[in-house]
Amino acid sequence: MRLDPIQTRSATGKWQQALSIILLVAVISACSEDKGASFLVRIDGSSTVFPITEAVAEEFQRAKKIRTTVGISGTGGGFKKFCRGEVDITQASRPILHKEMEACKAAGIEYIELPIAYDALTVVINPDNDFITSMTVDELRTMWEPAAQNIITSWNQVNPAWPDRPLRLYGAGSDSGTFDYFTEAIMGEAKSSRGDFTASEDDNVIVRGVSGDLGAIGYFGFAYFAENQEAIKAVPIVAEPGKNAVAPSEENVMNGSYQPLSRPLFIYVNVKSTETPHVRDFVDFYLENSEELIKEVKFIPLPDEEQAAVIAHWQARKTGTGFNGEPQVGVKIQDLLKRI
Amino acid sequence: MNTEASTLKDLDAVRSMIKRHKLNDYIFGAVGLSFIMLILLTLLVLFIDLIIDGYPKLMSWDFFTSFPSRRAASAGLLSALVGSALVMIITFVSAVPMGVAAAIYLEEYAKKNWLSEVIEVNVTNLAAVPSIIYGLLALGLFVYILDFGTSILTAGLTLGLLILPVVIVATREAIRGIPVAIREAAYAVGATKWQVVSQHVVRYATGGILTGVIIGMARAIGETAPVITIGALTFIAFLPPSPVTTSAPFLNFDWLWSGFTVLPIQMFSWLSRPGADFHVNAAAAGAVIIVVTLLMNGIAIRMRYNIRKKIKWQ
Repeated sequence: MRLDPIQTRSATGKWQQALSIILLVAVISACSEDKGASFLVRIDGSSTVFPITEAVAEEFQRAKKIRTTVGISGTGGGFKKFCRGEVDITQASRPILHKEMEACKAAGIEYIELPIAYDALTVVINPDNDFITSMTVDELRTMWEPAAQNIITSWNQVNPAWPDRPLRLYGAGSDSGTFDYFTEAIMGEAKSSRGDFTASEDDNVIVRGVSGDLGAIGYFGFAYFAENQEAIKAVPIVAEPGKNAVAPSEENVMNGSYQPLSRPLFIYVNVKSTETPHVRDFVDFYLENSEELIKEVKFIPLPDEEQAAVIAHWQARKTGTGFNGEPQVGVKIQDLLKRI
Repeated sequence: MNTEASTLKDLDAVRSMIKRHKLNDYIFGAVGLSFIMLILLTLLVLFIDLIIDGYPKLMSWDFFTSFPSRRAASAGLLSALVGSALVMIITFVSAVPMGVAAAIYLEEYAKKNWLSEVIEVNVTNLAAVPSIIYGLLALGLFVYILDFGTSILTAGLTLGLLILPVVIVATREAIRGIPVAIREAAYAVGATKWQVVSQHVVRYATGGILTGVIIGMARAIGETAPVITIGALTFIAFLPPSPVTTSAPFLNFDWLWSGFTVLPIQMFSWLSRPGADFHVNAAAAGAVIIVVTLLMNGIAIRMRYNIRKKIKWQ
């Protein structure tokens, strides 16, 4: 006499289980396609550059049938992987830094630095804000510098012509390349910023914050402004006293007048990976076909002569960086490439 | 006479006390119910909001059969769905046998001494460790030391580690729920310890174990932080190699080493886009994750019910 209450239907139960497992495997295998292609272009890095690379990867894979993967570890995380040789290409929203150059050197990894597009960091305010028509770099500095913390809390403290309205600041998280570039361009020193502002890695949070508050001001990449023009308003920037205020736009970035908040975006290609034809094909494809794709995802393509210089730089396979580990604001791409 | 009156008085006092206590019962019940309704309503509103936002996408089959794209209209969930499914297979295969075995050992075999106490406290605490810690552990162990790379295998093992304590705790609870009389009866007819455990205790506890396993899996499928930490991809427009092949040996394990993305990462990536059209995709992906989780929980409840129905001890 066995005490076995589950005996009765377990046989059919097992068949059901086996069947459902077979079904699951069949479904998964039907979905999977195995072309035996092991060619793979591995890309990682900045989430800012991601939309451009994604667009290029999508078109490249469609045109050349070579598999391409793109991750978003951030500029810093991307360089870590790149310097360990885990990826062929890394995307960066700022140039490579000293410690990253050393990590790559220690691992014997050489790289080609390629500027691929511009982004215009855009200072945005509420669309109903009618007292701001333009701002100077000095005003932005007064507003954002570390000394302003807990002291500059009202608009009229920045400029007496502005009303006595509480000033609410929204900015990029301190890990992002956007934060680094903004602080470098406005304060003259990367990462130098007051700390009492709403920091977010998700720029949509800044869009929502600024669109709901008349006293708010924030900054982020051009694409978030371009996609949300009803909800926020861009502030034209006066680069130096006596100059005209310039609004962020494709035209003003390409002719170099939107300063100092235009920033170049980069890809870094591992020299060893360029020995494989599909990585070479990918970079060729990137440099030749990206103009329309860059506009489609709301970034700003390089002007023709700069693009030509970048292509020549790539074809000559010149290795190294033009920045020598020091971020720099307002450098011309041709000058940059000549340094290498 | 006197005593009778006082008894009556006492009775009245008791009655009014009972009345008061019943009222307290009623008030507590009402408060509890309204809290539950509040929570359920919040969840329901969020879920319905996701469905309404993502409706155009959820209704199109293409959304489930397309790869990611820069255009919101043609971007789909396929690589994330397949990635999540494959990662879950590894999670299941790695966490369940180990977790159930560990629980059986702790419950049935381990001597009750300070060492087993320490293990017990640690297992329970592990269940509450933030998932990002598991991601960092996995990055060091699986990616750097064991060199598994950013693969489906790494992700599956990471999430397996994550749900291991959940499986252990649930299995122990289920085993503890088996009446001592069952064990004693089995021992009485001469069964060995292993026979008692394998043929009776584990068998009758299957319902509870399954519930724990599926709740763990449902948690794992929604995890983002550890999977991002180990370096999951965001754009991958092809599927891993098929696990089954048409030629011998019919099984292929190349997919273990393939790059991948999972549902929550795809949702996160769409959500952080500037364009509002991508937010529709993100809402649809969110609804899909919730439906998958609810389905898994539903299956758990159904299985537990079926198994309990078959067990009669009288």
